[in-house]
Amino acid sequence: MVARRMINFPFMGWPHPFSEMERMAKQMDWLTSGIFGRPGASFFSARVFPAVNIKEDKEKYYVHAELPGIKADDVKLEVNGRNLTISGERKIHSENEKAKYHRKEREAGKFSRVITLPGEADATNVDAKLVNGLLTVAIGKPETARPKQIIVN
Amino acid sequence: MAESKELQAKEKQTVPDVVEQTRPGLVFTPDVDIFETDHDITLLADMPGVSTEDVNIDLKDGVLTISGDVKPWGDTAASDVLIEFDIGKYYRQFTLSDAIEQEKIDAKFEDGVLRLVLPKAEKAVPRKITVTAG
Repeated sequence: MVARRMINFPFMGWPHPFSEMERMAKQMDWLTSGIFGRPGASFFSARVFPAVNIKEDKEKYYVHAELPGIKADDVKLEVNGRNLTISGERKIHSENEKAKYHRKEREAGKFSRVITLPGEADATNVDAKLVNGLLTVAIGKPETARPKQIIVN
Repeated sequence: MAESKELQAKEKQTVPDVVEQTRPGLVFTPDVDIFETDHDITLLADMPGVSTEDVNIDLKDGVLTISGDVKPWGDTAASDVLIEFDIGKYYRQFTLSDAIEQEKIDAKFEDGVLRLVLPKAEKAVPRKITVTAG
């Protein structure tokens, strides 16, 4: 009886390995930030711009990236096999020459990042949009990579 | 600057908890550029993911507050594969030393960047006074 109850216990496993690792890394950061004085220099997060979030459902992968102040024309996307390349340039136009800067935290420059998706991508079924500085790329999974429900007779 | 440099990803900085939020969720400080000319102060703030109608600007008692709400994204049914950045509100405050003409403040929001032009009040515009020998 006890054994059965344990088996029936709601599955408390890790939803996906990355989040657990990331959480640990953040905790490590927090612990070490006092010593090294570099909070936010996360162990796992890439230092390559842009930071991305990847999600998936049965039919598609969704890649999100924050690209504030970048025009759609200045972003280039390429899908090649399992790889998605996001590259481009962030331009910040120089302002009035007489202006005195109080703060300059925003940065301009080129960027290029290759993201490897968890599975095959269908290069012919990609939909990308850049709205309010937020890039969303929806990449279709090829028919062979989609999960199939098998009916038990 | 002939060759533009490579951009580095920066971790988003959360706002230190001075006053707690009634609604839970993360709050970040947007990166800003602030520059000043004789006539106005311009502020540029990166707030990706915020819609134009969700940008709030408030100037009271010499304190400028900018904030932006981010709506949850559409594909919430999808499961996470890799999460490198968090999503949340933006909030930042600045004290302004000069008097600002409130009615003439101009705000634009484009591509996730807020551009705020704060014209200085007449009395704050520096005037050069020439001293003549008597």
